[in-house]
Amino acid sequence: MTQYLLSVYLVEGEPTRTEDETQRAYKQVDAFNAELQAAGSWVFAGGLHPPATATVVRMQNGELLTTDGPFAETKEQIGGFWVITAPDLDAALALAAKASEACGGPVEVRPFQEEPEG
Amino acid sequence: MSVVDAAEIERVFREESGRAVAVLVRVFGDIDLAEEAVQEAFVVAVRRWPSAGLPASPAGWIITTARNRAIDRLRRESSRDERQAQAHLLHAESEPTEKRPVSDDRLRLIFTCCHPALAPNARVALTLRLLGGLQTPEIARAFLVPEATVAQRLVRAKQKIRAANIPYRVPSAAELTDRLKSVLAVIYLIFNEGYTSLTGDALVREDLCAEAVRLGRLLAELMPDEGEVLGLLALMLLAQSRRAARTSADGALVVLADQDRGLWDRTLIAEGQAIVRRCLRRNQPGPYQIQAAVSAVHSDAPTAANTDWGQILELYDQLIAIAPTPVIALNRAVAVAEVGGSAAALDALDGLPLDRYHLFHATRADLLRRLERNAEAAEAYAVAIELATNAAERDFLQRRRREVLAK
Repeated sequence: MTQYLLSVYLVEGEPTRTEDETQRAYKQVDAFNAELQAAGSWVFAGGLHPPATATVVRMQNGELLTTDGPFAETKEQIGGFWVITAPDLDAALALAAKASEACGGPVEVRPFQEEPEG
Repeated sequence: MSVVDAAEIERVFREESGRAVAVLVRVFGDIDLAEEAVQEAFVVAVRRWPSAGLPASPAGWIITTARNRAIDRLRRESSRDERQAQAHLLHAESEPTEKRPVSDDRLRLIFTCCHPALAPNARVALTLRLLGGLQTPEIARAFLVPEATVAQRLVRAKQKIRAANIPYRVPSAAELTDRLKSVLAVIYLIFNEGYTSLTGDALVREDLCAEAVRLGRLLAELMPDEGEVLGLLALMLLAQSRRAARTSADGALVVLADQDRGLWDRTLIAEGQAIVRRCLRRNQPGPYQIQAAVSAVHSDAPTAANTDWGQILELYDQLIAIAPTPVIALNRAVAVAEVGGSAAALDALDGLPLDRYHLFHATRADLLRRLERNAEAAEAYAVAIELATNAAERDFLQRRRREVLAK
């Protein structure tokens, strides 16, 4: 079994969703989450507040540097993510397709490194 | 006992390495390990075969030798408590070498190499390397890219297969059609790279066509019930049959209508046409099968003038209904010209979004030339020449342009 990070990207400047659309997406994501849990593929998931709410901290030469905003200066920022477990990439991609359908955005699939044992 | 020299050993390994690598990838669950093991078996063969002679089953010998060598090494490494080696060893000990027919392993490996999660150029490089037994420098020469680039593509692809856990299996029936498309596209791309590019090392190019046909045959043997697999094989065989007629003695391009049909390879034509007939009987048409059927109609005509363009146009109508792409519309227009005249074909070309495609302008130029609209034809030829990247094609277009300018 491999764990995969499924991240949902939001593109800054794209038209915002109506309240109805947002509610529908929430419902679909809830249903998908239930499906993941029932299938034993669920590890963790969550939606994030907008990138503007992010703070970056960095320890440099013993000094703490704190800056406002997201680290990456791009229009595409993570809006939420799932951590799932799947037997192989094909299974993970099939779940990602459902995730994309549920949340209505592109989903990036990335494998976790194997946990170092004992 | 036959004499086995170095060249013969190399030939045998090139021929059999795809099979061996495929089995060993299953046995060890790791591509690099499988490749290294086959390489070690090669070293043993170079030492042993010249005196001991060729084994009765070279493929079996390679697989057994490679497997044993790799297991010896893994045992040494795992006794030093290397966890990776222990995992591979465990995998190998639970996988008998001859669990299923060997052919299944190659089929699995093809689907892994052509996985849509890999970049298209990495799919091509992996397929040629793992199944075709080509070395990295050979792949680089064939695609006119630096060796380091190919090496990097291979390393990255293998890393992704391992890290992302890209499975080593034939996709389920539900996914098969989509996944097979990617496999066929890779094989056809390898063929076209060898067939349409007349630049570069001619011998390597020819090798690429031969390799694509070999992969096509393998796939047809492994999946005899897939119409598109057969269609692609027939399409490549029929194209390959015209190889000798495609260039003149001085290396210039000869278009289909002007080819010396006596130079066509009758054996390949017979084989390709037989496959096309088999596809027609199955009646589950797809883009490769229909294109092969078009090619078969050309192969049937003793002279260009005898070509059954009516049948070709019907096939293109069928093709465009299932694969409505601008390039197919362009090819269809060529058939329209023969059946309904050049003016009708020009109308069919109108509005196709192919402004950057040299063959679009070359086709337009040819139609304008036939309508004796020479000035417009020369202009279209000029655009085509500017866009063409292949020297032989450019020479041909320049020749045509000079002809219309002289009128």
